[in-house]
Amino acid sequence: MLPIDPRRTDLAAEFKASPFGPHSPDLQHVLNLMRATPLAGRHVLVVVERKREWALGKLSGERGKPVEIVPGYRFTDPETAEWTVFKLRWHELTGEALPSDEALAKEARP
Amino acid sequence: MTRTLVGYADRFSVRAGERLRFMVSSFGPAGYRAALVRLLGDDGKERVIENAVNGDYPARRQEIHSGSYAIVPEAKPLSGLESFTVALYLWPTTPGRGRQALLAKGDPARGRGFALILGMDGTLQLEIADGAGGKASVGSGRALQPRHWYWVAASFDAASGRVTILQQPIRNFARAEDAATANATVRLAGCGAANREPLTMAAFLARAEDDRLKPVARYNGKLEAPRLLDLALDAEGLARLRADALDGSLRSHLVGAWDFSKEIASTRIRDVSPWRLDGRVENLPTRAMKGHNWDGTARDWTTRPEFYGAIHFHENDLYDAGWEADFDLALPANLPSGVYAMRLTAGEEVERIPFFVRPARGGKAADLLFLVPTASYMAYANEHMCWDAQLGEQGSGHVAAVGPEEMFLNEHREYGYSFYDTHEDGSGVSISSRLRPILNMRPGHSAGWVGAAGLSPWQFAADLDLIEWLEATGQRYDVATDEDLHREGIALLRSYRTVMTGTHPEYYSTRMHDALGAWLDRGGRLMYLGANGFYWHIAFHPELEGAIELRRVENGVRDWEGEPGEYVENFSGEYGGLWRRWGRPPQSIVGIGFIAQGFDVSSYFRRRPGSFDPRAAFIFEGVGAEEKIGDFGRVGGGAAGWELDIVDPRLGSPPHTLVLAASENHSNVYMVVPEEVLSTLPALSGIDNPLVRGEMAFFETPQGGAVFSTGSISWCGSLNHAKGLNNVARITGNVLKRFLDPAPF
Ligand SMILES: [Fe+2]
Repeated sequence: MLPIDPRRTDLAAEFKASPFGPHSPDLQHVLNLMRATPLAGRHVLVVVERKREWALGKLSGERGKPVEIVPGYRFTDPETAEWTVFKLRWHELTGEALPSDEALAKEARP
Repeated sequence: MTRTLVGYADRFSVRAGERLRFMVSSFGPAGYRAALVRLLGDDGKERVIENAVNGDYPARRQEIHSGSYAIVPEAKPLSGLESFTVALYLWPTTPGRGRQALLAKGDPARGRGFALILGMDGTLQLEIADGAGGKASVGSGRALQPRHWYWVAASFDAASGRVTILQQPIRNFARAEDAATANATVRLAGCGAANREPLTMAAFLARAEDDRLKPVARYNGKLEAPRLLDLALDAEGLARLRADALDGSLRSHLVGAWDFSKEIASTRIRDVSPWRLDGRVENLPTRAMKGHNWDGTARDWTTRPEFYGAIHFHENDLYDAGWEADFDLALPANLPSGVYAMRLTAGEEVERIPFFVRPARGGKAADLLFLVPTASYMAYANEHMCWDAQLGEQGSGHVAAVGPEEMFLNEHREYGYSFYDTHEDGSGVSISSRLRPILNMRPGHSAGWVGAAGLSPWQFAADLDLIEWLEATGQRYDVATDEDLHREGIALLRSYRTVMTGTHPEYYSTRMHDALGAWLDRGGRLMYLGANGFYWHIAFHPELEGAIELRRVENGVRDWEGEPGEYVENFSGEYGGLWRRWGRPPQSIVGIGFIAQGFDVSSYFRRRPGSFDPRAAFIFEGVGAEEKIGDFGRVGGGAAGWELDIVDPRLGSPPHTLVLAASENHSNVYMVVPEEVLSTLPALSGIDNPLVRGEMAFFETPQGGAVFSTGSISWCGSLNHAKGLNNVARITGNVLKRFLDPAPF
């Protein structure tokens, strides 16, 4: 398996610009790896108020055992939530934090 | 973030003038206010209907006691046992997952009786409690391997106290240590059989706090051919007991010999010993399961039942929650047909229990019928994909977003599973029932894997968009359910000119399929407003109300796969795979069939040459040649999404089918379905495979009827965009108007 190349921050910029819908094959590869991690500890959104507000949670990976709410996160739009989880996973899988959103914005392809 | 008030009704479908019973359980609120509402759309669009039942009620907690088991009522030959021998085949799936009862006359841990069990350590044990303070447990000392067949036997000699145990693997692995013979002498005053308890298999019965009997020490796995004798056999005698046909000296000691290959479709288990100690199964374990002797030559239990003598029990099988009623609702005889709910409110918590009201018997029907895809709702009932499906997120294309219903269901596994789940032992869930709260069939619900952040309605909630559009346009319509169609056949459809499906009518029984097809051949007009319809074959239980079965075998999009040889439904004796494998693909009835799915965002359609054919002119009146169709909507943001169907003459689309429009620009997570993929090819997604598209289709049927199919699950989510002034509503409205016109096509 090809690991995520932490130098490819352009892919993160691509995701931030458009988290859903068609992606470049290289970005899809990153997403496929992020979405195949063990269920235990996998990030999920937890609906706080339907269609309005979400918290960040971590799955227990064990049937019947509740999700653990990660303190300090509240989202009011799905794109920000998706992007936040992407950054956490990038760090988890590459060991490196992504540059700031501002720095990434400069890398985004037209 | 979770649910605190949940309930169900005794039926989905009811006629005006009839009664319906409601059962409710509270996980907090002391009471609730009930109101009958007519649903006018999703997200709380509803109208309160005056009814004597509306008002305040106290709430209490009611429990669900899940777990399937077999029970043989107490009888003299059982209670009179002193010495005994018990033997059976088993295929355990979770040895070591707690104490699990195999065959028991009472629970020796809690009173008098004897039981063959799997112990906490996964070894075979015979437990006896004589009722006079004496208890004994003798074990094989060797753990059983999961998912392998064993023949096991145990005997107890009341006079000498001698216990013999045999544990024989059917397959012998080198270096495995799972065969055992054990002997012991115990000091007991008897075997405790005279305990007034029934004989049970796969569980003990205990009195729950609510005073109901509940299965405990629930066994996961298969059992086959249990035998009980009224003498204690030694090791040599036990070995003879394994024979299919017993010799006379053993036969004359038989107290019970249960042959699960008899009356497979029923809830009965037959004792073929002279005592005829017949019993029954509870909570619908899976029958018609391969036994230890299956050799690959048989595929069908109806012709070779001798290979299908096993029953697979699961700790969270569930048929009927069995709650006490909170109230009965009497529906007025003049109540218009439609989608209704009992709304239960307790502070912030709102539970809506939907049901479907048909016109009073003999009452005036509308010309339009919304055929509510309740079999498909049942198939998805209480699914746990966000919690249990490790690769689900790859297919959905966004972070899972678990809502209050999903939070509740994760922590209440006793509420049972859907066809999209696996049991605790990893085997697929092939039976589903509606006699329990079905929390994902609620207005406002979205599955956490369907579209980002739980914004997009799915199934029932998505079908309410169609209801909203019908209500907003003042369209008269009746409703009926899949179960009604199964029961009544073509007679149900006869008086309607046009039938609308919901967004995802995926699961069809033979009778449903036959009836719809026959009605279309007689001039019926069908608006198939979804995708991945008419896909899986299901069976309804022949005795029990509200239970369906699926065999997810051989091909198709499957969240689990049935075992080889287990293709034929336990409920009906019919082959249980894809309708495609019956030679009746979806294309053969609605012109289109399943081709691709993905759950990140939806797209839009563009007109195809077929839409400019004069035969289709009525459909596109007021729609421009170049405009995007449905590049808006509340299901993934477009009218082309989630699951997509296309025309395929090779699979039975009628030759004169017009392809009216096709969708485009689907994402990487939209992938071609496995039944269309014969080899391991690398280009199967929306960005690199042209098959990833939906197609809208139209064709005429014999005797002046016609079919219009949208090819997309998300179609109805666009209907109410911009107050219904949009091209999706326009097309749907154009079709409906013409389909209600009696002039033949
Ligand atoms: Fe489906």
